[in-house]
Amino acid sequence: MKKEKISRKSLDNQTGVRGNPAPSRGRDYWRSLDQLADTEEFQELIRREFPEQASEMTNPVTRRNFLKLMGASLAFGGLTSCTIQPTEKIVPYVRAPEYVVPGRPLFYATATSVGGISTGILAESHMGRPTKIEGNPEHPASQGATDAITQASILNLYDPDRSKVVKNAGRINTWGNFLADLDQALEMQRLKKGAGLRILTETVTSPSLGHQLGKLLEEFPHARWHQYEAANRDQVRAGAIMAFGEPANTYFDFSKAEVILSLDADFAYSGPGNVRYARDFANGRRLASGQEKPNRLYMVETTPSCTGSWADHRMALGTRQIESFAMTAAHRLGVESVSGGASIPFPDNQGWIGPVVQDLLNHSGSSLVVAGDQQAPAVHALAHAMNGVLGNVGTTVHYTDPVEVESVDQAVSLGELVDAMKADQVELLLILGANPAFSAPADLDFAGALQQVPFRAHLGLYDDETAALCHWHIPESHFLEAWSDGRSYDGTVSIVQPLILPLYNSKSSHELIGALIGQSGRPVDDILQEYWQGQDLTDNFEKFWRESLHDGLMAGTGLPPKSVKSPESLSLPRGTGTPMDEEDLELLVRPDPTILDGRFANNGWLQETPKPISKLTWDNAAQVSPATALRLGLKNEQVVELNLGDRSIEAPIWIVPGQAHNVVTVHLGYGRTRCGRVGNGLGFDVNVLRSSSSPWSAAGLKLVRTFSTYPLACTQDHHSMEGRHLVRHADLVEFKKHPDFAHREAHEFPEELTLYSGFEYNGNSWGMAIDLNACIGCNACSLACQSENNIPVVGKDEVRNAREMSWIRVDRYYSGDLDDPAILHQPVPCQQCENAPCELVCPVTATSHSQEGLNDMVYNRCVGTRYCANNCPYKVRRFNFLQYADRETESLKLMQNPDVTIRSRGIMEKCTYCVQRINAARIESKKSGDPIVDGQILTACQQACPTEAIAFGDINDPESKVAHLKSSPLNYGILTELNTRPRTSYLASVRNPNPEIIES
Amino acid sequence: MPQIFPPSANWASKASILVTLVIVGTFLGILLNINRLDYVSKVGVPVDQPVPFSHKHHVKGMGIDCRYCHTTVEESAFAGIPPTETCMTCHSQVWTEAPILEPVRLSFRDNKPLEWTRVHDLPDFAYFNHSIHVKQGIGCQTCHGQVDQMPLMWKENTLNMEWCLECHREPEKFVRPREEVFNLAWKPPGDQENLGRQLVEEYQIQTTQLTDCSICHR
Repeated sequence: MKKEKISRKSLDNQTGVRGNPAPSRGRDYWRSLDQLADTEEFQELIRREFPEQASEMTNPVTRRNFLKLMGASLAFGGLTSCTIQPTEKIVPYVRAPEYVVPGRPLFYATATSVGGISTGILAESHMGRPTKIEGNPEHPASQGATDAITQASILNLYDPDRSKVVKNAGRINTWGNFLADLDQALEMQRLKKGAGLRILTETVTSPSLGHQLGKLLEEFPHARWHQYEAANRDQVRAGAIMAFGEPANTYFDFSKAEVILSLDADFAYSGPGNVRYARDFANGRRLASGQEKPNRLYMVETTPSCTGSWADHRMALGTRQIESFAMTAAHRLGVESVSGGASIPFPDNQGWIGPVVQDLLNHSGSSLVVAGDQQAPAVHALAHAMNGVLGNVGTTVHYTDPVEVESVDQAVSLGELVDAMKADQVELLLILGANPAFSAPADLDFAGALQQVPFRAHLGLYDDETAALCHWHIPESHFLEAWSDGRSYDGTVSIVQPLILPLYNSKSSHELIGALIGQSGRPVDDILQEYWQGQDLTDNFEKFWRESLHDGLMAGTGLPPKSVKSPESLSLPRGTGTPMDEEDLELLVRPDPTILDGRFANNGWLQETPKPISKLTWDNAAQVSPATALRLGLKNEQVVELNLGDRSIEAPIWIVPGQAHNVVTVHLGYGRTRCGRVGNGLGFDVNVLRSSSSPWSAAGLKLVRTFSTYPLACTQDHHSMEGRHLVRHADLVEFKKHPDFAHREAHEFPEELTLYSGFEYNGNSWGMAIDLNACIGCNACSLACQSENNIPVVGKDEVRNAREMSWIRVDRYYSGDLDDPAILHQPVPCQQCENAPCELVCPVTATSHSQEGLNDMVYNRCVGTRYCANNCPYKVRRFNFLQYADRETESLKLMQNPDVTIRSRGIMEKCTYCVQRINAARIESKKSGDPIVDGQILTACQQACPTEAIAFGDINDPESKVAHLKSSPLNYGILTELNTRPRTSYLASVRNPNPEIIES
Repeated sequence: MPQIFPPSANWASKASILVTLVIVGTFLGILLNINRLDYVSKVGVPVDQPVPFSHKHHVKGMGIDCRYCHTTVEESAFAGIPPTETCMTCHSQVWTEAPILEPVRLSFRDNKPLEWTRVHDLPDFAYFNHSIHVKQGIGCQTCHGQVDQMPLMWKENTLNMEWCLECHREPEKFVRPREEVFNLAWKPPGDQENLGRQLVEEYQIQTTQLTDCSICHR
């Protein structure tokens, strides 16, 4: 591998501005290339709270309106607070339902699924309205936590752009008419035994839906069922077949893994079991809780990921190089691999492979090799073989039968459907939930073939690209509105139970398939119970069913271990691991970190959440490494043309340190045209470049520069800390030598050093500790906060003005070499300072200190001077410059948490440590007379965090978890030199690199 | 040229300054006090309801406990408005033909809820919790007045923040024994402040914390 070192000087040339390197002190941390080069733009950004012109009205129409409004507000100034309250109605029940206590939420166990794989959740319901999603502590895949996407999925339920009516040829119609039409078409098919009937679904793990589909195929023996979704796991399946000769489901036990080699697997952030894996992995390296021997992660990846930011050793390689790396590592471990072409050993410039292999061997049985979902089948097969050789099967690696009802190669499956459509063999096509007109690879021309089908119907959450091409469109029920079931990563079945009747006249897949097999109009829970009763799992089904519903999982449905014979030698396809030309560019396709394959494109929360590493919002971009950018003369936001064969797209460039050289990474899910007002027209569509044969990477990419630029909304320099050292990390060796390394740079003051009289805390005194060793920057905290605290979305233009409202932001820092930096994440909520600078400057005392140590924020008192935000050194206060909260849209009103005020324009807001939850617990404790116990109050961010990085509790209680963490030598406060005495503190990150690897 | 204004005009200019001050002062005075007026806060104004429900008849006449209808007052923030079913437990037997109760019967028959007009309406940014007040010895009567004397419901107090703070600053002036909370006719047997101080201690009411902003606003 050719390794180009980039100096600051070359960086200056690249960003176009020559500047002085930032003064160095201890380790160097930086957030962006602009900061590293210290460009004028960056200086400007840190001098001002918001970018220049952010506070000015540049749009002439808006400015005129603004002047008008200003005149009016002057005239009515002061009187607005004197409004007489409108008369309100109280509408009680006619017959009160059992268990509902108005004012107290109920929690129901249900499940959500991404890519067909279920995760147990608890949904909070306020008088029948689902308002928040939490993890299900009893579910193996969740253990009480959730990922970011699950947190945001509740917004889809209330999305005003959801499909609401049955449509026929674009006109409003009825379910009854659809059934009549369908029956007619079905009668024709019955005569032909279903020869022209095709069903297209996404991945199905629901046993009962599988059973229904099975019945359908019995009735129509010549009919076919196809499955396809863009972010499918075909490669994983093919890898298992290559290794074992049959498909198998693999899952891991990271709690037993001491040395992990990840071949581009972002296991803690995406894919089946991600939340559980993140938890188990984090438990293996929690130094503050007495972990003696932290685990070690070697990461080989192409584009930096959340899991990669955990790595003790990280190497950025292209797809082919990863194959070569895997082959060489496997070979050294004793796996015979036969490649069709000449196997070229991995050019191990960094002296990596030997020590890695040795480390794995030293931990036989407690090591783990994981391959990423998008890696070639050969890499998966090699990983299986390596785990076999290392004796990891049965300890850290487990095999079961596939969790899917029917495991198919989805690209092949879709290809067969398209061929049949083109050959006019398909007369009746039902598309359930999928959106292939958008997500199918361009070489298939799905949309074109689709139009040859005489009867095509689409069931979907949105009236999307596929719906537009179908005769019939049926609105699909959200998972919080419908009954279903599904399997999790280890096969455990969860029942999906509805919390609310469908908001619109929507149907679920069960209902639609039911209509085809004579179950029309039958309640789906009936169908489910009938199916499970037939499975003979228990003697007392009634009890079993109720328990399963209550617990959120069916006991004993985890799939039994499957015995597979790990291969000792593998025959790999020709060309595996053959390196590309030095100058050749590779196109790498990945599902988007927040909106996945585009199914969440209309979800404003996810759009506005910065992507974990690039910190981009509202767009995708062509991501390249700094060295590649330098070689090709590319700048951020510059639009380039990406050509692959005869297909081409235009995309803006984003430079990502830590990316493999000569690789252009693009993300799926953008370029939607019919997903709703939020997501339409954002970004560019990558499916245009994808081919069904190599969906995730392609060589031979041509990149052509253009002269235009495209503005991207990136938050990486927002709320900048002016290069002060907020994040700290060290190696294990350094930590053992100096356990207090985190304090060596800080100036800490005695408590008396303040002019103001201190506070005394006799009762509870709340505090938070965030373990940077556990944080992977997955944004689950940020989205949980958004959902819990009714935080509005502001839109791309406002994000560019640094006005995003998230109360807990996740800062991402780089440290070290430009090509291969260490990546660290730091969630920053309000620090709830003891000597809070904000409290002193508020002219109306809208922010004040509470008896339990919180910096209370009183919205109804705030007049919007913004002095507090100006005086906050942590930049955690958020101002409603405009009326961001949507108070008009009916469906969104249902979503709001009734325990938190909805803020209006002109109001300052910030993290409250979820004071509504603290108050609720305090009231309950006073009523019952029992003190609040540690762990009883979970802040929303803490509850969602997959890695338990956030601890919250009473610091007056020496036994509490947070007090325990705060006594660790790793514990440090940020900007303590200002003597603010923050209540939120951090535990410095400690990496555990292999001493044998000499870092070049 | 003679002067336009004679010397006697001076008093007019001086008076105009005074008048301006008085006008501005009055305006500010009105602004600050307008919310204290019963006219604005609607204290003592009976509110029209779909059914002219009389607390006086039901509470004093029939002796029904507050919690028979307001079932969640001890467990939730919201005291609860009874479902139509609760009305019908009696009114399916008594006054079954009374025209005045027609909306109740209609509601029960058609499964359409009654729509009552809210009498005690706090602004949405103030979070009041009934259960903790009841638990800590604040009687129903303290805020709602002698409901058993009200043929139609009205507001007895302004519910303004300064009114809330009267008690949150000095709870000893209002706290009563827990067992007397639902007794609308309770009077302190002796000196309220003495009794209040004892109870505040016994019930562990943290007086200083009661004025934290986040106790009510969040």
